[in-house]
Amino acid sequence: MMNKSKASNNAKTQGAPVDARKEENIKINGKTVKRILGLFGQYKLRLFLVAVFIIISAVASVLSSIFLQTLIDDYITPMLETGEDLFAGLFKALATMACIYVIGALSGLLYGRIMATVSQGILKTVRDKMFSHMQTLPIKYFDSHTFGDVMSYYTNDTDSLRQMISQSVPQTISSLVSIVAVFFSMLRQSIWLTLFVLVFLVLILKITGYIGGKSSSYFIKQQLSLGVVNGYIEEMINGQKVVKVFCHEDKAKEEFDDKNGVLCKNMTKANTYANILMPLMNNLGYVLYVALAIIGGVLAIQGVSNLTLVGWNTLTLGTIASFLTLSRSFINPISQVSQQINSIAMAMAGAERIFTLIDEEPETDDGYVTLVNAVYDKNGEIKESDKRTGIWAWKHPHGDGTLTYTPLKGNVVLDDVDFEYEEGKPVLHNISLYAEPGQKVAFVGATGAGKTTITNLINRFYDIADGKIRYDGININKIKKADLRRSLGIVLQDVNLFTGTVMDNIRYGKLDATDEECIAAARLANADSFIRMLPKGYDTVLSGDGSGLSQGQRQLISIARAAVADPPVMILDEATSSIDTRTEAIVQQGMDALMKGRTVFVIAHRLSTVKNSDVIMVLEHGRIIERGSHEKLIAEKGNYYRLYKGVFELE
Amino acid sequence: MIKTLAKSIREYKFQSIITPILVLGEVAMEVIIPLLMASLIDNGISDGSMGYVVRMGVILLICAVVSMFFGSMAGKTCAAASAGFAKNLRHDMYYNVQNFAFSNIDKFSTASIVTRLTTDVTNVQQAYMMLIRTAVRSPLMLVFSFVFSFRINARLSTVFIVFIPILAAGLLLIISKAHPLFKRVFNTYDRLNASTEENLRGIRVVKSFNREEYEKSKFYKISENIYSDFVKAEKLVALNMPLMQVCMYSCVIIISWFGAKIIVNSTGTELSTGELTSMFTYAVQILSSLMMLSMLLVMFTMSRASGERITEILKEKSDITNCENPVEEVKDGSIELDNVGFKYSKSGEKYVLQNINLKINSGETIGIIGGTGSAKSTLVQLIPRLYDVTEGSVKVGGTDVRNYDLNALRNNVAMVLQKNELFSGTIKSNLLWGNENATDEEITDACRKAQAEEFIENLPDKYDTVIEQGGTNVSGGQKQRLCIARALLKRPKILILDDSTSAVDTATDSKIRKALRDDLPETTKIIIAQRISSVQEADKIIVMDDGKIAAFGNHEQLMNESPIYREVYDSQVKGGDDDE
Repeated sequence: MMNKSKASNNAKTQGAPVDARKEENIKINGKTVKRILGLFGQYKLRLFLVAVFIIISAVASVLSSIFLQTLIDDYITPMLETGEDLFAGLFKALATMACIYVIGALSGLLYGRIMATVSQGILKTVRDKMFSHMQTLPIKYFDSHTFGDVMSYYTNDTDSLRQMISQSVPQTISSLVSIVAVFFSMLRQSIWLTLFVLVFLVLILKITGYIGGKSSSYFIKQQLSLGVVNGYIEEMINGQKVVKVFCHEDKAKEEFDDKNGVLCKNMTKANTYANILMPLMNNLGYVLYVALAIIGGVLAIQGVSNLTLVGWNTLTLGTIASFLTLSRSFINPISQVSQQINSIAMAMAGAERIFTLIDEEPETDDGYVTLVNAVYDKNGEIKESDKRTGIWAWKHPHGDGTLTYTPLKGNVVLDDVDFEYEEGKPVLHNISLYAEPGQKVAFVGATGAGKTTITNLINRFYDIADGKIRYDGININKIKKADLRRSLGIVLQDVNLFTGTVMDNIRYGKLDATDEECIAAARLANADSFIRMLPKGYDTVLSGDGSGLSQGQRQLISIARAAVADPPVMILDEATSSIDTRTEAIVQQGMDALMKGRTVFVIAHRLSTVKNSDVIMVLEHGRIIERGSHEKLIAEKGNYYRLYKGVFELE
Repeated sequence: MIKTLAKSIREYKFQSIITPILVLGEVAMEVIIPLLMASLIDNGISDGSMGYVVRMGVILLICAVVSMFFGSMAGKTCAAASAGFAKNLRHDMYYNVQNFAFSNIDKFSTASIVTRLTTDVTNVQQAYMMLIRTAVRSPLMLVFSFVFSFRINARLSTVFIVFIPILAAGLLLIISKAHPLFKRVFNTYDRLNASTEENLRGIRVVKSFNREEYEKSKFYKISENIYSDFVKAEKLVALNMPLMQVCMYSCVIIISWFGAKIIVNSTGTELSTGELTSMFTYAVQILSSLMMLSMLLVMFTMSRASGERITEILKEKSDITNCENPVEEVKDGSIELDNVGFKYSKSGEKYVLQNINLKINSGETIGIIGGTGSAKSTLVQLIPRLYDVTEGSVKVGGTDVRNYDLNALRNNVAMVLQKNELFSGTIKSNLLWGNENATDEEITDACRKAQAEEFIENLPDKYDTVIEQGGTNVSGGQKQRLCIARALLKRPKILILDDSTSAVDTATDSKIRKALRDDLPETTKIIIAQRISSVQEADKIIVMDDGKIAAFGNHEQLMNESPIYREVYDSQVKGGDDDE
């Protein structure tokens, strides 16, 4: 009765650090930065080109702002003062500038276009990597993470990376180039004034750091409360019908308003700080401008000798004028970089989440026994075949280099199996059972007695703690998981269908099945008649997990899906619970015909479903308390008998 | 659409209006400051007049402080307005969804409602923030800078008249080409989401059929689509910047050449060097404002789709609403269906229910049995008015359900749905859904009747045990029993169990039925079941077949009269008799 709740308790303890980790994201982790850089690895050449183009384009724009000075100092002022005609020279200078501009604009174009492929390529790599890794994760992972949370790896987190790669990084590089270039120009003009700018810069950075830090931390808070609101919406909307039936609308609104309010508060704060940053930086730049004008003016009037990169000279008024313009060109890129702080912080948080998914321990698979197509040769010996023969065999390599082939029959043995989802809380005790090919083995017992757990162990969704499970005499731990699962067909109580046609959904069981095979399977499952009633028959497109179908119809499709896979061992976990008994009887006939000579495990509440089984196991609190055929168990007058009589106890 | 969305601004109207005004102030300062800087150089530094420098410097500082004040305030009000607007949008949508009838919920899928409430709202919020701040700022900047540049030198400013249209046309062309690509990208994103979600939900199926590689290839295909469309779109957008640079640099060169000529020819009277510097500043401001505007246009077209999706939710009218002067009191638990016909959509052809006539007395226990898809659930969902009948009428307590206040009706008709949900919280908080003010005794009593008490008492935290989202940490049977207890707490006049004990074992099932019969004699009980044992002792049993009542009567009558009933009975009971 407790197995599932234990499994989830376990899940919860695993879930807790997830939240804690989110909080820690505020600190930018050096390892994460390294790994992000690692993502760029495959684009080394292109990135090098991008860097070159960014630098060229940045240099062009720096030259543009310096050119103004040249224009005034070298051409206009001399012409005004001496009346000399320098227009021919000016024309040449302008022509040179035009060339530089063309190169600059071209580089801009090229880096933009290359960057589009690089950034999208990286994102595609990240998405694909996450998804393919996710497919290898054990069932436990999916038990312990909400779907909404996992899905946001693919949307929000990946998106935050896009922002950073395609915008923040190029912007930052180009700004840095400008900053460095302008810095040297300033040194050329006056080291004294440059020193003053540096002092001022420290002040600006302090302020930026403070406000940027506030903003980042509220952005992270905003993301967290966004997650809370998303989670609440998802849960409530999914249960909307229950909300309506219980007239719970007002309560649901109230709780929503609370959470929505918190989100709004954090959002306002985060955006306020982010919005203030730009005007602040900008205007501090003006303050610097005025301060420089006054200090420079005083120095010039005092005739203080001026140290520059190229030596000592006197501080002229012209120098100050051009220095003032340079100071603007210095502050602008700095304030642009500061604008990127938030998106970089968000991207770091996103990247860290992405990496935790990628680092998640995959399902272990040490199996080396594989399933191969086989033929019997003239001597009756079984041999591997590379064609589809319809006969399967386990290929078992041994330590001494020999190979043996065991024909696939569907013999399943559980030998003294114990299992616990969580340490110290065993769910199954000493389970032993034998299922011969062709036998139908049923599990009966109260909800949560451990029936589903047994089947989860046979297909290795979970690994056993103690004891052995053998399939055709081979320990299932030695069998490759994919091959083990290929030899088992499972129909689960909760049906999951996929977007696509009905035909696609049935074909999911065997991807190369012909339409005829699929239809035959549907007939067998008694699904053919209702499928033909659908608007487009087998070509009807199902979406949203087949939401247009009733639970029973979905179960019929899932039975057809398993039937088309045609496995030697079939596990039916409450597979017919939502199908009415008349239909069930028909389905059962079809299934019995299909399963002739194969092993079937059946879990059902309805005793009518299990009555004709070869052996029925009655489970209680993870132990088999009775076993035998229906007749034998009835004769024993034990729990099964009482359960069975329960059906009629009211008569 | 805009009108509908704008209704959600409400208490943030002040911030929304004040923001552009503050931005106006900020822009004015930003336009004046280059003028001041020019005269500081021309008249102060160049002439070596420190007094002038200090005076101009002070004015400049004041302007900077004013500009900073306006800018920061605008940033603050803008953040408050947009976050508040988003809050109200979510609020309005959520509230409207709460009013949706079942048919409205069916129309939008739940996944789509969730996306609209989250991602789409975020998109619109971003656009709104842009609208009240940047969308005001850029045109203002454009106009101001243009005017000031004209004031400095009209002849030189004609260069802008040439380049503004060129840039604008180029940008528009780029956007119009990129927009459909972006739209496609976002649709593909939806598919990516859907595919991931399906994979997550069906991971057990994926793993048991070994379809990991197949799923990967499905995902890669979508991922590849996103990649190629996005690259195309981004490459187009990457043209924006160089285009803008070409225009700007052209302006710079032209202004340099003619500016120099004007200065030299007029010996500085028509244009000073300081003014020339300002002209460059204005050139950058004008063209980058245009650039900003083009980016805004991209943003707006992208968020238009989101806005439309939000409007659809906001405008959706519930199919089921209270009538005027609704009846508040449900007299008793009698039910009468008079010639009822029903189909899920008005345009649909097939009737799901047809010619249903039924009379149920208060306090009776009614069993409903029938094949998969025979419309059993549909029939009972008409009673608490989860759907409205297409034809005929449904009466509860002698009054047409359409005349009741919805809350009054549903508080008296408790229903345990086939697909039931528990919500994250504790067992107790879930049970309290039935009756907020229930005492602990009432709760344990309801659980006892629903046969849930025993397993709850066995849990370490008993009633305070935490239930996870979707109730995944209790078994199917436990979940069903909790759902029944939750419904019992409502003390309803009519209790409907829609296949609510399918995962409960037969013995417990019969205990629940016994408790219902003994402890709730006044309540009309309707039980849909697959097991004949669940319904056979009911006062009357309805046998449904393909949307019609095939037979109605008690067990003995039906055994004699209804071949379907007998067949079902035989299929379940046969063999059991041998052992008697």
